[in-house]
Amino acid sequence: MTSIVGKGSEKRDLASGTVTSPMGRVGKATINGLAFLALVYLFLPIFVIVMFSFNNPRGKFNAVWQEFTFDNWLHPFSDTALTDALVLSLEIALIASVIATVLGTFLAIALVRYRFRGGAGVNFFLVLPLTTPEIVLGASLLMLFLEPHLVLLNQDFTLGFTTILLAHIMFCVSYVALTVKARIRGFDWTLEDAAMDLGARPARTFMKVTLPLIAPGIMAAFLLSFALSIDDFIITYFVSGPDITTFPVRIFGQSRTATPPQINVLATLILISSVSVMVLVTWFGQRRKRRLGNV
Amino acid sequence: MEGEAYVRDTEQGERSLLPELDSEGAIDAVISIDHVTKRFGEFVAVDDANFHISRGEFFSMLGPSGCGKTTTLRMIAGFEQPSSGEIRLDGKDVSRVPPYKRHVNTVFQQYALFPHMNVWDNVAFGLRATKVSKPEIVRRVTELLAVVHLADFATRRPGQLSGGQQQRVALARALVNYPSALLLDEPLGALDLKLRQAMQLELKRIQREVGITFVFVTHDQEEALTMSDRIAVMNEGRVVQIGTPQEIYEEPTSEFVAGFIGMANLLAARCEGSDGEFRIARIGDQAVKVASNGLAIGDEVTLMVRPERAHLRTSAPPMDLAGVSAEVVDLVFQGPIVRFDLRSPDGTPLVAHVGPGSDLPLLRPGDQVWMCWEPSAGRLLPRSTQGFPRPDVLEY
Repeated sequence: MTSIVGKGSEKRDLASGTVTSPMGRVGKATINGLAFLALVYLFLPIFVIVMFSFNNPRGKFNAVWQEFTFDNWLHPFSDTALTDALVLSLEIALIASVIATVLGTFLAIALVRYRFRGGAGVNFFLVLPLTTPEIVLGASLLMLFLEPHLVLLNQDFTLGFTTILLAHIMFCVSYVALTVKARIRGFDWTLEDAAMDLGARPARTFMKVTLPLIAPGIMAAFLLSFALSIDDFIITYFVSGPDITTFPVRIFGQSRTATPPQINVLATLILISSVSVMVLVTWFGQRRKRRLGNV
Repeated sequence: MEGEAYVRDTEQGERSLLPELDSEGAIDAVISIDHVTKRFGEFVAVDDANFHISRGEFFSMLGPSGCGKTTTLRMIAGFEQPSSGEIRLDGKDVSRVPPYKRHVNTVFQQYALFPHMNVWDNVAFGLRATKVSKPEIVRRVTELLAVVHLADFATRRPGQLSGGQQQRVALARALVNYPSALLLDEPLGALDLKLRQAMQLELKRIQREVGITFVFVTHDQEEALTMSDRIAVMNEGRVVQIGTPQEIYEEPTSEFVAGFIGMANLLAARCEGSDGEFRIARIGDQAVKVASNGLAIGDEVTLMVRPERAHLRTSAPPMDLAGVSAEVVDLVFQGPIVRFDLRSPDGTPLVAHVGPGSDLPLLRPGDQVWMCWEPSAGRLLPRSTQGFPRPDVLEY
């Protein structure tokens, strides 16, 4: 009898909540509050950028809130130099990421799948661009591109599109290779054996088995290198020419003379697209996980 | 039913699926391993393997891990190339032919099913890769899914199947190309005991239905004994004995085989002379009769007696029985038999399985008995150079 009563009272205790003492409740509220403040701290600058895209500034600098307007959003591309820079940034990011993703993926597969002479050296050179200060990388790339011997070799290295692209591919390859390497470390290579055992040639094995299975890792690496390329300032600053430059370098260059609200509009557009991509990737990833089950 | 259709269809093709005599009267070999050696750097994984696998046979390669059985299988599949020697498939040297051009298929240890494809696409993979026509793909995949009883699971993904079902998908996928031989790399290792036993029978049934040569790699001697037509026992890269399960069990040719397959009492002995068709072997201070098997008089040998061939007596055996004195260490009632753990005077551990109907008095640990056997039940083996067998060999 007594035991039954005991069980009942226990159940009531549990139902009233997990935190029972008043001190506990205070602690929980404090932690929640601090977490909220930390998030505010992280997102406040982004919020300010978005907010100022709706500002109607007096003068050339969009720094003080004046009045709300949709004008900037109706004419987001009115600053042609800025728009050109953004288009160039997107072009460079796209081409550099595609090339870097292809090269970096093959590099990662080679490093994970096979043991070969010089593998450790390749690994070292992969990490080097990540650990070298960007300013050193940028300066040495500039010296390389201006090296007269290269000019003698009939290479057209006038600073501009090609030099920016080459520089971006260079550091993106490292990021791609390291990302893909980490993602395919647990890959079951006997799947490739199985495909070839069933009569699939190496190319078919790669296209039908390996690639579909490591695609999420490659996609992640591609997005990362796209983001890094769009975002890069220091290296690009060195290797872009006087006439042609990317979005971040352009903003920096013109910030001394003017900061039109279009900067905020375009930045907000970039923000929206990257958030949507993230949401899509997460959604696809979860759907895929459900489909592949626990194999 | 579906399996019968399968056999009939392929019999109409060029290849017969039943063992067949060639012009010299020898059994038609699907796979010939011709003095094959495989080295990885200094390490010799397979040392001069030399045997044939016949058409329609269930052939097992049995041995402890690291004995070279999986390497041999991978060389047949084409994932490894022999350092020397030749592998012939249907009479043709395939030693340097890549896996995708060899007419053998493999069931992998962890199945290696393609997780991003459903069961149907997994099974159809080999047919699509080899450019089989669409109606033929539909016909064969349907047929194979029926053979492995998975017709209702065609649209499931491997992640949604149980271990046993995944195993059967792997089988169907490997059989769909109608290979000359099916290679199985410890395919039952990942299953629990009950499922494993069910799958053993299932594998035998499928092999009978499709009539294809199965080459089965395992470290489980019971599995090999149950399923195989012939077994190659391997140890440290060498094929130490090939034979039917009965030959391997009854007539092992080495201490290793005797100890690895089933339980064995191994007694150090010396070949002393002969008595008609029997040899006389001396164990300690006792002389016993043993069936002769070509070991020279004077050789240091090992005498093997299976525990179920031994019985116990409380007095010295008559002349027509062989026997050694021993002390009872322990006895365990195991239902159909009582297992006696004994120790010979020189300390060698012995085991005797005593069935019902023996008129033994109640024995206790410490009692002195005689372990006896028919002379024909004993077998002389050459003494291994690696010292006397370890006691753990007895405890399989």
